[in-house]
Amino acid sequence: MTRPLHIGFIPLIDAAALILAVDRGFTAAEGLDVTLVREVSWSNIRDKLNVGLFDAAHLLAPVAIASSLGLGHIKVPIVAPFNLGLNGNAITVSPPLHAALMAEIDGDRFDPMATARALSRVVASRRRGGAEPLTFGMTFPFSTHNYQLRFWMAAGGVDPDEDVRLVVLPPPFMADSIASGQIDGFCVGAPWNSIAVDRGVGHILHFVSDILERAAEKVLAIRAGWSEKNPQVVAALVRAASRAAEFIEQPQNRAEVAFVLARPEYIGVDADLILRTLEGRLKISPDGTFRECRRYLLLGREDASRPDPVQAAWLYAQMVRWGQAPMSAEALGTAKRVFRPDLYAAALDRGKLAANSPHPVGAFAGPNFDADDIAGHLASFRIGRWKPL
Amino acid sequence: MGAESSPKIAIVDESPIRAAILEEGLREAGYTDVVRIGEMQSLLSRIYALDPDVIVIDLENPSRDILEQMFQVSRAVRRPIAMFVDQSDAASIQASVDAGVSAYIVDGLKKERLKPILDLCISRFNAFSKLQDELDRTKSALEDRKVIDRAKGILMKLKGLTEDEAYVLLRSTAMREKKKIGEIAQSILTASELLK
Repeated sequence: MTRPLHIGFIPLIDAAALILAVDRGFTAAEGLDVTLVREVSWSNIRDKLNVGLFDAAHLLAPVAIASSLGLGHIKVPIVAPFNLGLNGNAITVSPPLHAALMAEIDGDRFDPMATARALSRVVASRRRGGAEPLTFGMTFPFSTHNYQLRFWMAAGGVDPDEDVRLVVLPPPFMADSIASGQIDGFCVGAPWNSIAVDRGVGHILHFVSDILERAAEKVLAIRAGWSEKNPQVVAALVRAASRAAEFIEQPQNRAEVAFVLARPEYIGVDADLILRTLEGRLKISPDGTFRECRRYLLLGREDASRPDPVQAAWLYAQMVRWGQAPMSAEALGTAKRVFRPDLYAAALDRGKLAANSPHPVGAFAGPNFDADDIAGHLASFRIGRWKPL
Repeated sequence: MGAESSPKIAIVDESPIRAAILEEGLREAGYTDVVRIGEMQSLLSRIYALDPDVIVIDLENPSRDILEQMFQVSRAVRRPIAMFVDQSDAASIQASVDAGVSAYIVDGLKKERLKPILDLCISRFNAFSKLQDELDRTKSALEDRKVIDRAKGILMKLKGLTEDEAYVLLRSTAMREKKKIGEIAQSILTASELLK
Protein backbone atom coordinates (compact mmCIF):
# COMPACT_ATOMS: atom_id res chain seq x y z
CA MET A 1 0.00 0.00 0.00
CA THR A 2 1.14 3.52 -0.77
CA ARG A 3 0.45 6.42 1.53
CA PRO A 4 -3.26 7.35 1.65
CA LEU A 5 -4.50 9.40 -1.32
CA HIS A 6 -7.27 11.97 -1.17
CA ILE A 7 -9.27 12.49 -4.33
CA GLY A 8 -11.91 15.20 -4.65
CA PHE A 9 -15.06 14.89 -6.74
CA ILE A 10 -18.26 16.77 -7.51
CA PRO A 11 -21.48 14.71 -7.35
CA LEU A 12 -21.95 14.18 -11.09
CA ILE A 13 -22.35 11.01 -13.15
CA ASP A 14 -19.00 11.54 -14.83
CA ALA A 15 -17.23 11.01 -11.51
CA ALA A 16 -18.36 7.39 -11.96
CA ALA A 17 -14.98 5.92 -12.94
CA LEU A 18 -13.37 7.31 -9.78
CA ILE A 19 -16.25 6.31 -7.54
CA LEU A 20 -16.47 2.77 -8.93
CA ALA A 21 -12.68 2.39 -8.92
CA VAL A 22 -12.75 2.89 -5.16
CA ASP A 23 -16.09 1.28 -4.37
CA ARG A 24 -15.39 -1.93 -6.33
CA GLY A 25 -11.88 -2.19 -5.00
CA PHE A 26 -9.97 -1.54 -8.26
CA THR A 27 -7.79 1.03 -6.48
CA ALA A 28 -7.16 -1.32 -3.56
CA ALA A 29 -6.19 -4.05 -6.05
CA GLU A 30 -3.55 -1.64 -7.37
CA GLY A 31 -2.24 -1.19 -3.84
CA LEU A 32 -3.76 2.27 -3.49
CA ASP A 33 -5.46 3.52 -0.35
CA VAL A 34 -7.89 6.13 -1.72
CA THR A 35 -10.32 8.30 0.19
CA LEU A 36 -12.88 10.08 -1.98
CA VAL A 37 -13.89 13.53 -0.79
CA ARG A 38 -17.16 14.98 -2.04
CA GLU A 39 -16.92 18.70 -2.74
CA VAL A 40 -19.47 21.45 -3.26
CA SER A 41 -17.72 23.71 -5.76
CA TRP A 42 -15.20 23.56 -8.59
CA SER A 43 -13.33 26.41 -6.92
CA ASN A 44 -12.82 24.21 -3.87
CA ILE A 45 -11.65 21.29 -5.99
CA ARG A 46 -9.18 23.52 -7.83
CA ASP A 47 -7.83 25.14 -4.65
CA LYS A 48 -7.54 21.89 -2.69
CA LEU A 49 -5.77 20.22 -5.59
CA ASN A 50 -3.48 23.24 -5.97
CA VAL A 51 -2.42 23.38 -2.33
CA GLY A 52 -2.02 19.62 -2.03
CA LEU A 53 -5.00 18.76 0.17
CA PHE A 54 -6.06 16.57 -2.76
CA ASP A 55 -3.62 14.33 -4.61
CA ALA A 56 -5.96 14.06 -7.58
CA ALA A 57 -9.41 15.28 -8.55
CA HIS A 58 -12.41 14.97 -10.82
CA LEU A 59 -12.02 18.29 -12.61
CA LEU A 60 -13.48 20.35 -15.42
CA ALA A 61 -11.07 19.93 -18.32
CA PRO A 62 -10.88 23.70 -18.95
CA VAL A 63 -10.01 24.36 -15.29
CA ALA A 64 -7.01 22.03 -15.65
CA ILE A 65 -5.89 24.13 -18.62
CA ALA A 66 -6.68 27.49 -16.96
CA SER A 67 -4.74 26.44 -13.87
CA SER A 68 -1.75 25.42 -16.00
CA LEU A 69 -1.87 28.79 -17.77
CA GLY A 70 -2.44 30.80 -14.57
CA LEU A 71 -5.75 32.24 -15.82
CA GLY A 72 -7.88 33.87 -13.16
CA HIS A 73 -5.87 32.30 -10.39
CA ILE A 74 -2.39 31.25 -9.39
CA LYS A 75 -0.51 29.17 -11.92
CA VAL A 76 -0.28 25.52 -10.97
CA PRO A 77 0.64 23.13 -13.79
CA ILE A 78 -1.80 20.23 -13.97
CA VAL A 79 -1.68 17.01 -15.96
CA ALA A 80 -4.65 14.95 -17.09
CA PRO A 81 -3.65 11.32 -17.75
CA PHE A 82 -7.24 10.06 -18.01
CA ASN A 83 -10.57 11.40 -19.32
CA LEU A 84 -13.43 10.82 -16.92
CA GLY A 85 -16.27 11.86 -19.19
CA LEU A 86 -17.18 13.01 -22.69
CA ASN A 87 -20.49 14.28 -24.06
CA GLY A 88 -22.43 14.19 -20.78
CA ASN A 89 -23.71 17.76 -20.91
CA ALA A 90 -27.04 18.84 -22.26
CA ILE A 91 -28.84 22.12 -22.84
CA THR A 92 -32.18 22.44 -21.10
CA VAL A 93 -34.67 25.28 -21.57
CA SER A 94 -37.76 26.36 -19.66
CA PRO A 95 -41.19 25.36 -21.01
CA PRO A 96 -41.96 28.96 -22.15
CA LEU A 97 -38.63 29.32 -23.95
CA HIS A 98 -39.08 25.87 -25.48
CA ALA A 99 -42.51 26.90 -26.80
CA ALA A 100 -41.07 30.14 -28.19
CA LEU A 101 -38.23 28.27 -29.92
CA MET A 102 -40.56 25.66 -31.40
CA ALA A 103 -42.82 28.44 -32.73
CA GLU A 104 -39.84 30.02 -34.50
CA ILE A 105 -37.99 26.90 -35.62
CA ASP A 106 -37.45 26.28 -39.30
CA GLY A 107 -36.07 22.75 -39.61
CA ASP A 108 -35.39 19.73 -37.42
CA ARG A 109 -35.68 20.42 -33.69
CA PHE A 110 -32.57 18.33 -32.96
CA ASP A 111 -30.53 20.30 -35.50
CA PRO A 112 -28.51 22.80 -33.43
CA MET A 113 -28.30 25.27 -36.32
CA ALA A 114 -32.09 25.31 -36.57
CA THR A 115 -32.51 25.87 -32.81
CA ALA A 116 -29.74 28.48 -32.67
CA ARG A 117 -31.38 30.47 -35.47
CA ALA A 118 -34.72 30.14 -33.71
CA LEU A 119 -33.04 31.46 -30.56
CA SER A 120 -31.72 34.40 -32.51
CA ARG A 121 -35.26 35.25 -33.66
CA VAL A 122 -36.64 34.87 -30.11
CA VAL A 123 -33.89 37.18 -28.82
CA ALA A 124 -34.66 39.77 -31.52
CA SER A 125 -38.37 39.73 -30.85
CA ARG A 126 -37.83 40.06 -27.10
CA ARG A 127 -35.60 43.04 -27.72
CA ARG A 128 -38.25 44.67 -29.91
CA GLY A 129 -40.82 44.06 -27.19
CA GLY A 130 -38.55 45.57 -24.53
CA ALA A 131 -38.27 42.30 -22.58
CA GLU A 132 -35.28 41.50 -20.34
CA PRO A 133 -32.54 39.51 -22.10
CA LEU A 134 -32.74 35.72 -21.72
CA THR A 135 -30.54 34.30 -18.96
CA PHE A 136 -28.69 31.00 -19.23
CA GLY A 137 -26.99 29.14 -16.39
CA MET A 138 -23.70 27.29 -16.68
CA THR A 139 -21.45 25.81 -14.06
CA PHE A 140 -18.16 27.68 -14.21
CA PRO A 141 -16.42 30.34 -16.28
CA PHE A 142 -13.81 27.77 -17.37
CA SER A 143 -16.22 25.00 -18.27
CA THR A 144 -17.20 23.07 -21.35
CA HIS A 145 -20.78 24.05 -20.43
CA ASN A 146 -19.92 27.71 -20.93
CA TYR A 147 -18.15 27.08 -24.26
CA GLN A 148 -20.78 24.69 -25.61
CA LEU A 149 -23.60 27.16 -24.90
CA ARG A 150 -21.61 29.98 -26.46
CA PHE A 151 -20.62 27.93 -29.51
CA TRP A 152 -24.22 26.91 -30.13
CA MET A 153 -25.87 30.31 -29.77
CA ALA A 154 -23.14 32.21 -31.62
CA ALA A 155 -23.60 29.90 -34.64
CA GLY A 156 -27.18 31.19 -34.87
CA GLY A 157 -26.09 34.82 -34.61
CA VAL A 158 -26.62 35.36 -30.87
CA ASP A 159 -23.72 37.10 -29.14
CA PRO A 160 -23.44 35.41 -25.73
CA ASP A 161 -21.94 38.52 -24.12
CA GLU A 162 -24.26 41.10 -25.69
CA ASP A 163 -27.59 39.48 -26.48
CA VAL A 164 -28.19 37.20 -23.48
CA ARG A 165 -26.89 36.84 -19.92
CA LEU A 166 -24.74 33.89 -18.94
CA VAL A 167 -24.55 33.24 -15.21
CA VAL A 168 -22.68 30.68 -13.13
CA LEU A 169 -24.84 28.42 -10.99
CA PRO A 170 -23.91 25.28 -9.02
CA PRO A 171 -25.55 22.24 -10.74
CA PRO A 172 -27.89 21.39 -7.84
CA PHE A 173 -29.39 24.91 -8.11
CA MET A 174 -30.26 24.67 -11.82
CA ALA A 175 -33.70 23.07 -11.52
CA ASP A 176 -34.84 25.48 -8.79
CA SER A 177 -33.56 28.48 -10.72
CA ILE A 178 -35.35 27.54 -13.92
CA ALA A 179 -38.51 26.75 -11.94
CA SER A 180 -38.45 30.18 -10.28
CA GLY A 181 -37.85 31.94 -13.60
CA GLN A 182 -34.44 33.30 -12.63
CA ILE A 183 -32.97 31.58 -15.66
CA ASP A 184 -34.52 30.55 -18.98
CA GLY A 185 -32.15 27.72 -19.77
CA PHE A 186 -28.90 26.08 -18.76
CA CYS A 187 -26.13 23.76 -19.80
CA VAL A 188 -25.16 21.21 -17.17
CA GLY A 189 -23.91 17.64 -16.83
CA ALA A 190 -25.83 14.52 -15.84
CA PRO A 191 -28.00 14.01 -13.89
CA TRP A 192 -29.16 17.61 -13.51
CA ASN A 193 -30.92 18.00 -16.88
CA SER A 194 -33.00 14.92 -16.18
CA ILE A 195 -33.89 16.24 -12.75
CA ALA A 196 -35.32 19.43 -14.30
CA VAL A 197 -37.30 17.36 -16.84
CA ASP A 198 -38.64 15.04 -14.12
CA ARG A 199 -39.77 18.05 -12.13
CA GLY A 200 -41.61 19.36 -15.19
CA VAL A 201 -39.62 22.59 -15.30
CA GLY A 202 -37.43 21.99 -18.34
CA HIS A 203 -37.10 20.47 -21.80
CA ILE A 204 -33.78 19.00 -22.90
CA LEU A 205 -33.17 20.89 -26.13
CA HIS A 206 -29.82 19.37 -27.06
CA PHE A 207 -27.46 16.70 -26.00
CA VAL A 208 -24.06 18.24 -26.33
CA SER A 209 -23.20 15.58 -28.87
CA ASP A 210 -25.56 17.46 -31.23
CA ILE A 211 -23.10 20.35 -31.02
CA LEU A 212 -19.76 18.53 -30.93
CA GLU A 213 -19.09 14.93 -31.84
CA ARG A 214 -16.56 14.65 -29.04
CA ALA A 215 -16.24 16.99 -26.09
CA ALA A 216 -13.86 16.13 -23.26
CA GLU A 217 -15.65 17.50 -20.21
CA LYS A 218 -14.03 16.08 -17.08
CA VAL A 219 -10.56 14.76 -16.48
CA LEU A 220 -8.63 13.06 -13.75
CA ALA A 221 -6.41 15.98 -12.71
CA ILE A 222 -3.09 15.72 -10.92
CA ARG A 223 -0.46 18.36 -10.12
CA ALA A 224 2.30 18.06 -12.73
CA GLY A 225 5.04 18.16 -10.09
CA TRP A 226 3.42 15.45 -8.01
CA SER A 227 2.84 13.31 -11.10
CA GLU A 228 6.53 13.50 -12.01
CA LYS A 229 7.56 12.41 -8.53
CA ASN A 230 5.01 9.58 -8.31
CA PRO A 231 4.81 7.96 -11.75
CA GLN A 232 3.96 4.53 -10.33
CA VAL A 233 1.04 5.90 -8.32
CA VAL A 234 -0.27 7.82 -11.34
CA ALA A 235 -0.06 4.68 -13.50
CA ALA A 236 -1.85 2.64 -10.82
CA LEU A 237 -4.60 5.27 -10.59
CA VAL A 238 -5.05 5.28 -14.37
CA ARG A 239 -5.29 1.49 -14.42
CA ALA A 240 -7.85 1.45 -11.61
CA ALA A 241 -9.94 4.17 -13.30
CA SER A 242 -9.68 2.35 -16.61
CA ARG A 243 -10.90 -0.92 -15.12
CA ALA A 244 -13.77 0.95 -13.51
CA ALA A 245 -14.64 2.66 -16.80
CA GLU A 246 -14.70 -0.71 -18.58
CA PHE A 247 -16.93 -2.11 -15.84
CA ILE A 248 -19.30 0.87 -16.08
CA GLU A 249 -19.64 0.56 -19.85
CA GLN A 250 -20.76 -3.10 -19.73
CA PRO A 251 -24.55 -2.93 -20.22
CA GLN A 252 -25.11 -5.77 -17.73
CA ASN A 253 -23.40 -3.74 -14.98
CA ARG A 254 -25.38 -0.54 -15.43
CA ALA A 255 -28.03 -1.26 -12.82
CA GLU A 256 -25.36 -1.98 -10.22
CA VAL A 257 -23.39 1.14 -11.20
CA ALA A 258 -26.54 3.27 -10.92
CA PHE A 259 -27.24 1.77 -7.50
CA VAL A 260 -23.73 2.58 -6.24
CA LEU A 261 -23.74 6.11 -7.65
CA ALA A 262 -27.17 6.79 -6.14
CA ARG A 263 -25.85 6.34 -2.60
CA PRO A 264 -26.00 9.52 -0.52
CA GLU A 265 -22.24 9.72 -0.02
CA TYR A 266 -21.71 9.74 -3.79
CA ILE A 267 -24.33 11.47 -5.94
CA GLY A 268 -27.43 10.97 -3.84
CA VAL A 269 -30.11 11.02 -6.52
CA ASP A 270 -32.58 8.38 -7.70
CA ALA A 271 -30.93 5.25 -9.16
CA ASP A 272 -33.49 4.93 -11.99
CA LEU A 273 -32.73 8.41 -13.17
CA ILE A 274 -28.99 7.65 -13.13
CA LEU A 275 -29.66 4.45 -15.06
CA ARG A 276 -31.38 6.42 -17.84
CA THR A 277 -28.34 8.66 -18.26
CA LEU A 278 -26.01 5.64 -18.32
CA GLU A 279 -28.18 4.07 -21.01
CA GLY A 280 -28.17 7.29 -23.06
CA ARG A 281 -31.94 7.14 -23.09
CA LEU A 282 -33.24 10.34 -21.61
CA LYS A 283 -36.66 11.74 -20.98
CA ILE A 284 -36.35 15.08 -22.77
CA SER A 285 -39.74 16.57 -22.10
CA PRO A 286 -42.11 16.62 -19.12
CA ASP A 287 -44.76 15.00 -21.37
CA GLY A 288 -42.68 11.80 -21.33
CA THR A 289 -40.93 11.99 -24.72
CA PHE A 290 -37.71 9.99 -24.68
CA ARG A 291 -34.69 10.43 -26.89
CA GLU A 292 -31.90 7.92 -27.31
CA CYS A 293 -28.36 8.76 -28.32
CA ARG A 294 -25.48 6.33 -28.45
CA ARG A 295 -22.93 9.13 -28.21
CA TYR A 296 -24.42 10.53 -25.02
CA LEU A 297 -22.12 10.34 -21.99
CA LEU A 298 -19.02 8.38 -22.98
CA LEU A 299 -17.46 7.10 -19.78
CA GLY A 300 -14.91 4.82 -21.44
CA ARG A 301 -16.30 3.39 -24.65
CA GLU A 302 -15.16 4.68 -28.06
CA ASP A 303 -11.67 5.40 -26.75
CA ALA A 304 -13.14 8.08 -24.47
CA SER A 305 -10.67 7.62 -21.62
CA ARG A 306 -7.60 8.54 -23.65
CA PRO A 307 -6.72 12.22 -23.23
CA ASP A 308 -6.55 13.89 -26.63
CA PRO A 309 -4.46 17.08 -26.98
CA VAL A 310 -6.73 18.14 -29.87
CA GLN A 311 -9.53 18.48 -27.29
CA ALA A 312 -7.27 20.60 -25.08
CA ALA A 313 -6.45 22.82 -28.07
CA TRP A 314 -10.16 23.25 -28.83
CA LEU A 315 -10.83 24.30 -25.24
CA TYR A 316 -7.94 26.78 -25.33
CA ALA A 317 -9.33 28.17 -28.61
CA GLN A 318 -12.66 28.83 -26.85
CA MET A 319 -10.83 30.67 -24.06
CA VAL A 320 -9.23 32.88 -26.70
CA ARG A 321 -12.47 33.33 -28.65
CA TRP A 322 -14.33 34.58 -25.58
CA GLY A 323 -11.61 36.81 -24.20
CA GLN A 324 -10.48 34.63 -21.29
CA ALA A 325 -6.97 34.02 -22.63
CA PRO A 326 -4.61 35.87 -24.94
CA MET A 327 -3.66 34.21 -28.21
CA SER A 328 -0.18 32.72 -28.01
CA ALA A 329 1.59 29.75 -29.52
CA GLU A 330 3.27 29.10 -26.19
CA ALA A 331 -0.04 29.00 -24.33
CA LEU A 332 -1.48 26.68 -26.97
CA GLY A 333 1.48 24.34 -26.44
CA THR A 334 1.01 24.45 -22.67
CA ALA A 335 -2.70 23.70 -23.03
CA LYS A 336 -2.05 20.70 -25.27
CA ARG A 337 0.54 19.31 -22.88
CA VAL A 338 -2.03 19.23 -20.05
CA PHE A 339 -3.69 16.25 -21.75
CA ARG A 340 -1.28 13.33 -21.43
CA PRO A 341 -2.03 10.40 -23.73
CA ASP A 342 1.56 9.24 -23.06
CA LEU A 343 0.86 8.70 -19.34
CA TYR A 344 -2.39 6.95 -20.24
CA ALA A 345 -0.71 4.67 -22.77
CA ALA A 346 2.24 3.92 -20.48
CA ALA A 347 -0.06 2.87 -17.65
CA LEU A 348 -2.15 0.61 -19.86
CA ASP A 349 0.47 -0.51 -22.35
CA ARG A 350 -1.64 0.86 -25.19
CA GLY A 351 1.03 2.74 -27.08
CA LYS A 352 -0.16 1.66 -30.51
CA LEU A 353 -3.74 2.68 -29.91
CA ALA A 354 -2.65 6.15 -28.83
CA ALA A 355 -0.69 6.71 -32.02
CA ASN A 356 -3.21 5.49 -34.55
CA SER A 357 -6.65 6.78 -33.81
CA PRO A 358 -7.32 10.51 -34.12
CA HIS A 359 -10.84 11.69 -33.38
CA PRO A 360 -12.18 14.96 -34.78
CA VAL A 361 -13.92 17.45 -32.51
CA GLY A 362 -16.72 17.46 -35.07
CA ALA A 363 -18.48 20.77 -34.40
CA PHE A 364 -21.80 21.37 -36.17
CA ALA A 365 -20.73 24.82 -37.37
CA GLY A 366 -17.57 26.37 -38.77
CA PRO A 367 -14.62 24.74 -40.52
CA ASN A 368 -12.97 21.55 -39.26
CA PHE A 369 -10.92 22.31 -36.18
CA ASP A 370 -7.19 22.66 -36.77
CA ALA A 371 -5.31 22.26 -33.49
CA ASP A 372 -2.21 23.85 -35.03
CA ASP A 373 -3.88 26.95 -36.42
CA ILE A 374 -6.15 28.44 -33.76
CA ALA A 375 -5.99 31.94 -35.26
CA GLY A 376 -6.99 30.72 -38.71
CA HIS A 377 -9.79 28.70 -37.19
CA LEU A 378 -11.16 31.52 -35.03
CA ALA A 379 -10.97 34.00 -37.92
CA SER A 380 -13.84 32.11 -39.54
CA PHE A 381 -16.28 32.92 -36.71
CA ARG A 382 -18.06 36.26 -36.89
CA ILE A 383 -18.99 36.49 -33.21
CA GLY A 384 -16.23 36.44 -30.61
CA ARG A 385 -14.06 38.72 -28.50
CA TRP A 386 -10.84 37.86 -30.33
CA LYS A 387 -10.25 39.54 -33.66
CA PRO A 388 -7.43 38.86 -36.12
CA LEU A 389 -4.96 41.76 -36.37
CA MET B 1 -6.42 51.97 9.68
CA GLY B 2 -5.05 55.48 9.20
CA ALA B 3 -6.75 58.09 7.11
CA GLU B 4 -8.24 55.56 4.71
CA SER B 5 -11.88 54.74 5.28
CA SER B 6 -12.88 51.26 6.37
CA PRO B 7 -13.41 48.96 3.36
CA LYS B 8 -16.87 47.49 2.95
CA ILE B 9 -16.72 43.77 3.71
CA ALA B 10 -19.45 41.29 2.71
CA ILE B 11 -19.55 37.98 4.59
CA VAL B 12 -21.27 35.25 2.57
CA ASP B 13 -22.02 32.43 4.98
CA GLU B 14 -25.07 30.27 5.54
CA SER B 15 -24.02 29.65 9.15
CA PRO B 16 -25.42 32.62 11.10
CA ILE B 17 -23.30 31.84 14.17
CA ARG B 18 -20.02 31.71 12.30
CA ALA B 19 -20.93 34.84 10.34
CA ALA B 20 -21.69 36.65 13.61
CA ILE B 21 -18.37 35.56 15.11
CA LEU B 22 -16.58 36.80 12.02
CA GLU B 23 -18.43 40.10 11.96
CA GLU B 24 -17.69 40.70 15.62
CA GLY B 25 -14.00 40.00 15.05
CA LEU B 26 -13.84 42.39 12.14
CA ARG B 27 -15.64 45.13 14.06
CA GLU B 28 -13.31 44.70 17.04
CA ALA B 29 -10.40 45.15 14.67
CA GLY B 30 -11.86 48.44 13.53
CA TYR B 31 -13.64 47.38 10.34
CA THR B 32 -16.93 49.16 10.78
CA ASP B 33 -18.54 48.47 7.43
CA VAL B 34 -19.43 44.77 7.54
CA VAL B 35 -22.52 43.18 5.97
CA ARG B 36 -23.66 39.57 6.24
CA ILE B 37 -25.34 37.68 3.38
CA GLY B 38 -26.97 34.45 4.55
CA GLU B 39 -29.39 33.91 1.70
CA MET B 40 -27.94 32.51 -1.52
CA GLN B 41 -30.86 33.33 -3.83
CA SER B 42 -29.77 35.98 -6.35
CA LEU B 43 -26.36 36.18 -4.72
CA LEU B 44 -24.79 38.15 -7.54
CA SER B 45 -27.43 40.87 -7.57
CA ARG B 46 -27.22 41.18 -3.78
CA ILE B 47 -23.50 41.65 -4.05
CA TYR B 48 -23.92 44.26 -6.78
CA ALA B 49 -26.45 46.11 -4.64
CA LEU B 50 -24.02 46.14 -1.69
CA ASP B 51 -21.00 46.92 -3.86
CA PRO B 52 -18.43 45.64 -1.33
CA ASP B 53 -14.64 46.00 -1.53
CA VAL B 54 -13.98 42.58 -0.04
CA ILE B 55 -16.06 39.39 -0.14
CA VAL B 56 -15.46 36.58 2.34
CA ILE B 57 -17.09 33.20 1.71
CA ASP B 58 -16.96 29.85 3.49
CA LEU B 59 -15.76 26.84 1.51
CA GLU B 60 -18.80 24.72 2.36
CA ASN B 61 -20.82 27.09 0.23
CA PRO B 62 -21.63 25.84 -3.31
CA SER B 63 -22.22 29.46 -4.27
CA ARG B 64 -18.50 30.04 -4.26
CA ASP B 65 -18.44 29.18 -7.97
CA ILE B 66 -20.87 32.05 -8.57
CA LEU B 67 -18.25 34.46 -7.24
CA GLU B 68 -15.64 33.05 -9.60
CA GLN B 69 -17.73 34.43 -12.44
CA MET B 70 -16.88 37.92 -11.22
CA PHE B 71 -13.29 37.41 -12.37
CA GLN B 72 -14.58 37.60 -15.89
CA VAL B 73 -14.98 40.78 -17.81
CA SER B 74 -18.47 40.61 -19.23
CA ARG B 75 -21.71 42.45 -19.35
CA ALA B 76 -23.03 40.55 -16.35
CA VAL B 77 -20.16 41.74 -14.15
CA ARG B 78 -19.95 45.39 -13.19
CA ARG B 79 -16.84 45.58 -11.04
CA PRO B 80 -14.41 42.70 -11.60
CA ILE B 81 -12.99 40.98 -8.57
CA ALA B 82 -9.84 38.99 -8.07
CA MET B 83 -8.66 36.30 -5.77
CA PHE B 84 -6.72 37.76 -2.88
CA VAL B 85 -3.60 35.99 -4.02
CA ASP B 86 -0.79 36.40 -6.40
CA GLN B 87 1.98 33.92 -7.11
CA SER B 88 3.82 34.84 -3.90
CA ASP B 89 0.85 34.09 -1.65
CA ALA B 90 0.74 30.29 -1.77
CA ALA B 91 0.98 30.17 2.02
CA SER B 92 -2.09 32.39 2.36
CA ILE B 93 -4.15 30.06 0.17
CA GLN B 94 -2.96 27.05 2.12
CA ALA B 95 -3.92 28.67 5.43
CA SER B 96 -7.30 29.86 4.20
CA VAL B 97 -8.22 26.58 2.50
CA ASP B 98 -7.23 24.73 5.67
CA ALA B 99 -9.44 27.04 7.71
CA GLY B 100 -12.32 26.68 5.24
CA VAL B 101 -12.61 30.28 4.12
CA SER B 102 -11.84 32.20 0.97
CA ALA B 103 -11.69 35.92 0.28
CA TYR B 104 -12.09 37.94 -2.87
CA ILE B 105 -10.94 41.46 -3.46
CA VAL B 106 -12.97 43.78 -5.60
CA ASP B 107 -11.30 45.96 -8.19
CA GLY B 108 -9.82 49.09 -6.63
CA LEU B 109 -8.85 47.95 -3.15
CA LYS B 110 -5.13 47.63 -2.51
CA LYS B 111 -3.99 44.06 -1.95
CA GLU B 112 -2.01 44.83 1.20
CA ARG B 113 -5.22 46.04 2.83
CA LEU B 114 -6.74 42.61 2.37
CA LYS B 115 -4.04 40.61 4.14
CA PRO B 116 -4.99 41.60 7.74
CA ILE B 117 -8.67 41.00 6.95
CA LEU B 118 -7.93 37.55 5.59
CA ASP B 119 -5.69 36.67 8.55
CA LEU B 120 -8.47 37.66 10.89
CA CYS B 121 -11.00 35.55 8.98
CA ILE B 122 -8.68 32.56 9.08
CA SER B 123 -8.21 32.81 12.84
CA ARG B 124 -11.94 33.29 13.47
CA PHE B 125 -12.81 30.36 11.22
CA ASN B 126 -10.30 28.19 13.05
CA ALA B 127 -11.72 29.36 16.39
CA PHE B 128 -15.21 28.49 15.17
CA SER B 129 -14.21 24.96 14.12
CA LYS B 130 -12.58 24.45 17.52
CA LEU B 131 -15.78 25.56 19.20
CA GLN B 132 -17.77 23.28 16.93
CA ASP B 133 -15.51 20.34 17.82
CA GLU B 134 -15.89 21.05 21.52
CA LEU B 135 -19.63 21.28 21.12
CA ASP B 136 -19.68 17.95 19.27
CA ARG B 137 -17.56 16.35 21.97
CA THR B 138 -19.82 17.71 24.72
CA LYS B 139 -22.87 16.45 22.85
CA SER B 140 -21.40 12.99 22.47
CA ALA B 141 -20.33 12.98 26.13
CA LEU B 142 -23.90 13.81 27.12
CA GLU B 143 -25.13 11.11 24.78
CA ASP B 144 -22.69 8.64 26.45
CA ARG B 145 -23.99 9.63 29.88
CA LYS B 146 -27.55 8.78 28.84
CA VAL B 147 -26.51 5.43 27.39
CA ILE B 148 -24.43 4.57 30.49
CA ASP B 149 -27.34 5.47 32.80
CA ARG B 150 -29.67 3.17 30.87
CA ALA B 151 -27.11 0.34 30.83
CA LYS B 152 -26.63 0.72 34.58
CA GLY B 153 -30.39 0.45 35.03
CA ILE B 154 -30.46 -2.80 33.05
CA LEU B 155 -27.56 -4.29 35.04
CA MET B 156 -29.15 -3.25 38.34
CA LYS B 157 -32.42 -4.91 37.40
CA LEU B 158 -31.00 -8.12 35.88
CA LYS B 159 -28.16 -8.74 38.29
CA GLY B 160 -29.57 -7.11 41.42
CA LEU B 161 -26.64 -4.68 41.67
CA THR B 162 -26.48 -1.26 43.25
CA GLU B 163 -25.85 1.70 40.97
CA ASP B 164 -22.20 1.92 42.06
CA GLU B 165 -21.67 -1.81 41.49
CA ALA B 166 -23.24 -1.58 38.06
CA TYR B 167 -20.89 1.27 37.16
CA VAL B 168 -17.83 -0.60 38.47
CA LEU B 169 -18.83 -3.61 36.36
CA LEU B 170 -19.17 -1.44 33.25
CA ARG B 171 -15.83 0.22 33.88
CA SER B 172 -13.89 -2.97 34.55
CA THR B 173 -15.39 -4.63 31.46
CA ALA B 174 -14.41 -1.59 29.38
CA MET B 175 -10.84 -1.74 30.70
CA ARG B 176 -10.53 -5.46 30.07
CA GLU B 177 -11.92 -5.17 26.51
CA LYS B 178 -9.92 -1.98 25.85
CA LYS B 179 -13.10 -0.12 24.87
CA LYS B 180 -14.87 3.01 26.01
CA ILE B 181 -17.51 2.69 28.74
CA GLY B 182 -20.01 4.23 26.33
CA GLU B 183 -19.35 1.44 23.82
CA ILE B 184 -19.84 -1.29 26.43
CA ALA B 185 -23.01 0.42 27.63
CA GLN B 186 -24.28 0.65 24.05
CA SER B 187 -23.69 -3.07 23.50
CA ILE B 188 -25.67 -3.85 26.65
CA LEU B 189 -28.56 -1.77 25.31
CA THR B 190 -28.35 -3.50 21.93
CA ALA B 191 -28.21 -6.94 23.52
CA SER B 192 -31.16 -6.23 25.77
CA GLU B 193 -33.17 -4.99 22.75
CA LEU B 194 -32.37 -8.25 20.92
CA LEU B 195 -33.25 -10.42 23.89
CA LYS B 196 -36.56 -8.74 24.61
